[in-house]
Amino acid sequence: MWADASVKFVNTFGALAGFAGVLLVLFYFGGRAKGRMSRRLAIVILLGPGLLLLVVGLAVPVVRTIYLSLFNDDSSKYLGAGNYTWALQNDDIHQVLLNTLLWIVVAPLVTTGLGLGLALLVDRLRGQAVYKSLIFLPMAISFVGASIIWKFVYDYRDPAQPQIGLLSQICIWLGWSHPPNWILSHPLNNFLLMVVMIWVQTGFAMVVLSAAIKAIPEDVTEAAVLDGARGWRLFAHVTIPMIRSTVIVVLTTVMITTLKLFDIIRTMTGGNFGTQVLANEMYSQAFVEFNVGRGSSLAVLLFLAVLPLVAYNIMLLRKEREVR
Amino acid sequence: MTRQGTLARPTGVRRALSSPFATLAVLVMTLLWTLPTFGLLVTSLRPQSDVAQSGWWEVFVHPHFTLSNYHDVLFNGGFGVSDGLMPYLVNSLAITIPATVFPIALASMAAYVLAWVPFKGSDTIFFVFFALQVVPLQMALVPLLQLFSGGAHVGSATVFPALGLGGTYAPVWLAHTMFALPLAVFLLHNFIAQLPRDLIEAARVDGASHFRVFRSIVLPLATPALASFAIFQFLWVWNDLLVGLTFTGGTPEVAPMTARLAQLSGSFGDHWEILTAGAFVSVIIPLIVFFSLQRYFVRGLLAGSVKG
Repeated sequence: MWADASVKFVNTFGALAGFAGVLLVLFYFGGRAKGRMSRRLAIVILLGPGLLLLVVGLAVPVVRTIYLSLFNDDSSKYLGAGNYTWALQNDDIHQVLLNTLLWIVVAPLVTTGLGLGLALLVDRLRGQAVYKSLIFLPMAISFVGASIIWKFVYDYRDPAQPQIGLLSQICIWLGWSHPPNWILSHPLNNFLLMVVMIWVQTGFAMVVLSAAIKAIPEDVTEAAVLDGARGWRLFAHVTIPMIRSTVIVVLTTVMITTLKLFDIIRTMTGGNFGTQVLANEMYSQAFVEFNVGRGSSLAVLLFLAVLPLVAYNIMLLRKEREVR
Repeated sequence: MTRQGTLARPTGVRRALSSPFATLAVLVMTLLWTLPTFGLLVTSLRPQSDVAQSGWWEVFVHPHFTLSNYHDVLFNGGFGVSDGLMPYLVNSLAITIPATVFPIALASMAAYVLAWVPFKGSDTIFFVFFALQVVPLQMALVPLLQLFSGGAHVGSATVFPALGLGGTYAPVWLAHTMFALPLAVFLLHNFIAQLPRDLIEAARVDGASHFRVFRSIVLPLATPALASFAIFQFLWVWNDLLVGLTFTGGTPEVAPMTARLAQLSGSFGDHWEILTAGAFVSVIIPLIVFFSLQRYFVRGLLAGSVKG
């Protein structure tokens, strides 16, 4: 096994060294060129590889996905909008779309709300760095790791047995002697899975919003206080308007992550028990059922859903950068 | 940036919330946020027989720890699994390091040209990079996989040969690099474009080529931005499941640890000692990266979303 691992590392570092070598050679010869030639070489050598990868790896595939979505499973028969009508008329896909919608509405709102609340609370506390780090920590954990952590919390045992999952144990301590099988049969299982997403992302929302609150100029707050604003009114009329754009950026960022949601569902339920979402269904159609056309049509639907959100987010980001 | 006087006279909301209630609320939240991970760590250190019979909180009554779960999950796999996680851990490293280095090298080069070597069409190219950020990577998975395995053909002419890269890391490296480029170019461009104009123009007047300016002036000055993006990309690739699964087919030769863990989580749902130890192994490297580079990380996070 160690021999195997060393072969892998030789390959990996060989590739890295090769990459570095090619760059060095190009830089050496490019740097020796004179005048106008040198400028052209700089453009070609420095920009070329990135641009090429982008076109081959993203731009062309996006167009091709749209094209593939108009065909049947092995691209032998043109279906027109057939895959889309299939998606929009299929009951299973309705459930998938409904779940996706539920996720992108609920998870970002809860995450941003919790993050904002924490940002307001934590800033004046002694030792805030410790609290912030601990709450931010799940951001470094993969969604697969986080899913295993929460699957363990939700672990179901026959209530007569000693419990292993914390949630059931807490229910029993509180006097609910027969807690349900949380993620496999409980009607709220979609929300229980959402907890994982919220758990991972709240720290991000908190850190960003806390920085935005700190960036509110002190004189603005003081002027409002002199005008008699206190407590809730200060919060609603000064704090919120001042950090509005940051709130929207956070909300959108979390929403995009949520829309691409794949790992949590795959690890926790595999999409069974009414928890399937768009990205997983796309993967199942394209890479498990090998129905390239249907998978592609779902990818296009996902893209159409993300587009306005991201476009808005990026516009906002740009506006902030121009202001700066 | 003006600082709100946190230690000075608390005003308004701050005062309204500066009660024992605030401290208690934050304490409870922090505890809730930490408890699941703590439970995972404790469970992974308990003997198998204990884990199967009682919750991890019992450890406070009967403290009993062992490292054998880690040995099992790394080297034996356990329960009829021939390989442990070790080959997948190696794969994860072998995937993540190049998939972090490649996009940063390519993106910083491209960002330099787009920021400092304007030419006809450079604005359009920047806009294309910029706009492709909106594409969810699911949009590119099927065509990319087809391209890697079958090449590209127009009629009977081969535009792009079948690369025969199955069973190697190259498709995963390439896919991660491609998917990272738009954001990387965008962020690094914003940073590199803000470097002092005098410095770069003076070097150009002295006869330095663009290659030299890039290597000896831009790269050293852009190191903080490069570092912050590198951390993001490292964590992102390390934690990825979708790209790894799609381009490796989940085989032990090349699949990352996340793919194996997702698989284990489906098939060994009851063997918590194995799963929790495995999950902790997968968490440990990002945690080291996160804690040792936290300053850059948070700074990089803020650069993208907050002005100031």
